[in-house]
This record gives sequence, structure tokens and C-alpha cells, in this order.
Amino acid sequence: MNEQTNSILNTRFNVFLAIGHGLLVFFERTGRLVKFIARALYHCFTPPWFPSQLLRQLIDIGYYSLPVVGMTALFTGMVLALQSYTGFARFNAESAIAGVVVLSVTRELSPVLAGLMVAGRIGASIAAEIGTMRVTEQIDALTTLSVNPFKYLIAPRVIAATLMLPFLVLIGDIIGVFGGYVVSIYNLGFNSSSYLSQTWDIVETMDVVSGLYKAAAFGFIVALMGCYHGFNSGRGAQGVGAATTNAVVSSSIFILIFNYILTQVFFS
Amino acid sequence: MSEKAIEKLKFSGVKKSFGAKHVLNGIDLSVAEGKSLVIIGGSGTGKSVMLKCALGILRPDSGSILVNGGETVNLGHSERDEMMRKFGMLFQGGALFDSLNIWENIAFGLVQGRKMNRKDAKEIAIEKIKAVGLKPEVAHLYPAELSGGMQKRVGLARAVATSPEIIFFDEPTTGLDPIMADVINNLIVEQVKSLGATALSITHDMASARKIADFVAMIHEGRIVWHGPVGDLDHSGNAFVDQFIHGRADGPITRRTA
Repeated sequence: MNEQTNSILNTRFNVFLAIGHGLLVFFERTGRLVKFIARALYHCFTPPWFPSQLLRQLIDIGYYSLPVVGMTALFTGMVLALQSYTGFARFNAESAIAGVVVLSVTRELSPVLAGLMVAGRIGASIAAEIGTMRVTEQIDALTTLSVNPFKYLIAPRVIAATLMLPFLVLIGDIIGVFGGYVVSIYNLGFNSSSYLSQTWDIVETMDVVSGLYKAAAFGFIVALMGCYHGFNSGRGAQGVGAATTNAVVSSSIFILIFNYILTQVFFS
Repeated sequence: MSEKAIEKLKFSGVKKSFGAKHVLNGIDLSVAEGKSLVIIGGSGTGKSVMLKCALGILRPDSGSILVNGGETVNLGHSERDEMMRKFGMLFQGGALFDSLNIWENIAFGLVQGRKMNRKDAKEIAIEKIKAVGLKPEVAHLYPAELSGGMQKRVGLARAVATSPEIIFFDEPTTGLDPIMADVINNLIVEQVKSLGATALSITHDMASARKIADFVAMIHEGRIVWHGPVGDLDHSGNAFVDQFIHGRADGPITRRTA
């Protein structure tokens, strides 16, 4: 009887031990991330700044991401018009397609898809670059040369991504709406001027601006997750590989979570 | 070491642990101004951690590290940045910045750390390239285009470019053939003497230690077990030192602890 009681107590104790350990690990990681965010923000707003590094990141994150964001937006707009037509034709509501395309693209699809594409392209690249620098002691070398790694590596990337994502999304909005227009006019036989006037009548400034705010938040998330995982990369090729994967996965998840929160804030 | 010598760098009771693993167990050691101290010891004995504590890359759990008599543990960011200007460091793998060419690597501390204009910094970088026995043409190459020995020379040029007061060398000859290792040792001695700097090196390479050291200290299980002039190394009377310098498997240092 005593043995049975001891066994039950041990099992319960182990369960509590596992839960407690899990909670401690969770709070430790959360605390480390919050501390990293606070340091990154502090160094974004305090001199010295490194303009050449910032310019390099603006070009890398903004200009070189244009093709992938543009292609994503174009085909998203085209598919959206096609799918909307298939559904709306059943209810003789084809005229709503222009509105569905422009609202879906500006409010949700362009910022979210651009964020996810940039997370794959830039988040991974930032994590791999900074992770390799960590593993090869280049970050320690920066410190010994009187250069703060947060100012030289982290701040320019965070600032550049936060500034360039809205720019990319704005272009994505235009290309996405254009994709829907092309399919509607040349494939589905809509009238060009009425499609454009419906688009113009439905879209409001807030639809576009909310998407740009979202984009800035997603840019911040992507750069921060890339920097965080790269900066805390484990040793060797495996450590850098894991940092890269973690950067893309965590930034994608945070983008989806913050997209819901921001949508709730803007439109509820 | 002379009692009257000025202590440039002094460790007192420095302890550092990672979780349950105690890496430094109370380091007491000092380096006199203008002298070269080499720390020898097996892998995992705490050499690199000690160096990183001195550089401020790691923070000791307890103890004191004095530079020019001033405490460096728990310095604020700006004081730490100011203190780093006194330091130069040659990393084991070179740690050259992949995205910058050779002259930009050497001039990095001058341009980014001290805000010197690029033209003047480039001139100094080219001088340093020549001083470490490389041709000025390598200035525009990238680190990946250089051999291991050339990368070590560039790393040395970068370490001395800012004319530091204290230079740290982390395994300066690891991965080099014996001849190139001797070339690097000669360059280290030459550069340290010409700057009048104080040097703290860690190495496994006894030939390197004998060449560049004025004093040698042996670290084992996070403690300094012997410290003395390089000339006393062969008759130290210390079992750890004897085993290490002769590379014997038998002795107080076991494979578990080495």
C-alpha cells in the first residue's frame, strides 16, 4: 500500500517538476527576448549611428526584396479575382469583385504575404549572417575594436526593415490590385472604367494606411527575430542552421499573431 | 616579476561559472607594463574564458580585474568602450570581417571606433600590411582570398593598428605550419616591442610560448598553478608544468581534466 502511494506521489511530483521546469525555461527565454528588444530599441534611438550600414540594409531589404514581393502580390491579386468571380457568380455578385480585391489586398494579403516573404528572404539571411559572425568570433572582434555590435549590426537592420516594409507593401498593393484588374478585364470580360471606378469608390485611406502600419510592425518583427536568433546562435554549422530556421519560424508566427491583434485594433 | 614593476593588468580572485561548471576558480595573476605573459594549459582549463573576462566580453561572477590600476568589472557601456581603446586582440581564427576587404578590416577600429577619416586610416592600414610582411596589393582582397597564415598576419595588423597599450593573443599559431608559426611569433615580438605594449597570450604551442613570453603562467582547472620567468620553465619544479611542456600522458593532468 505504501509503495503504491509513494509511486503515485512520485508520478505527481514528476509532473509538477516538468511543468515547473517548462515554466522556468519559458520565463527565462521570454525575459531574454524582452531584454534583447529593449537593448535593440535603445540603440536604434541613440548615437552613434552607422549611416553606411543603414544604407546597405535599406538597399538589401528594400530594393532587393522588390521582385519577390512584386511577384507574390501580382499573382495573389490575379488568383483573388479569379476565385472571387467563381464564388460571386453563383449569387450574381460579380460587381463586388473589384472591392473584394482591393480591400483584401490592401488590408490583409499584401502586408501579410510581404511580411512572410521577407521573413523567408531577409529574416533567414540576417540570422545566418549574424550567426556566422557569432560563431567565427567576428562579434567579439567588433567589441574589441570599440564598436558596439548592437549599434553596428542590430540597429541598422531593425531600422531598415521597419522603414522598408511599408514601402514594399505600398508597391505590393499597387501590383496586387493591378493583377486583379488584368484578370478581370482580359480574362473575365469586365469593363475597364467601371472596374477602376468601383475600386476607387470602395477603397479608403484607412484601408491602405492600416496595411502600412502592419507592414512596419512586420518589418520590425522580421529583423528583430533574425538578429535575436543570429546573435544567440549555437556553435558550428548546426547552430547557425538552427538559428536560421528559428528566425523564419518565429517571425512567421509573430507576424500572424500581430496581424490578428492589429486588425482587431484597426477595424473592430 | 620585479616587485617594483608597474602592474598593467591584474586579476584577483576571478571566478566564472557556466551553470554548475566552474571554469575559473579564483585567478590571481598580474602582468607588468611592457612585458609579455603567456598562459599555457590544456583545453577546457579556462584560458579563453580568462581572456574574455579581461576583454569584458564575459563578466566574472566575482573577483577583480584591474587595468592601469582601475577596476574594469561592472563598467558601464561608455566606460567599457573607452577602456577597449587600450586593447588590441588577435583572435584564434582571425575573426576578420568577411564583407570588408583587407585594408577596411585593418582600419576598422580607426574608422568606426575612432572616427578617423578613411583616407588617413587607409594609409595606416597599408603601413601595417607592410609591417606584417604582406604586399600592399593584398589591401583590396577579401579575407576569403587569403591563406590561413596571411589571415593571421592581417589579424595581427588589425590588432596593432590602433596602437593599443595591451594586446591579447588567442592561440596565435594554431593551424599554422611550423615555419609560418615562427614567422607569426617573430612578428608578434617585433610589433609588441615596437609599440612598447603589454601582451597577454594563451597558447598550447610551447615553441610559441618560449618565443614570445617574458613570463609564463600555467592554468589548470581554473587556477594558476605556476607562474614565473620563461627561463625557469624547464626547471619549474612543478609537476603540472613538467607534464605539459613535455607532452606526457602520465602525470597529475589526466585526460578527464585536460
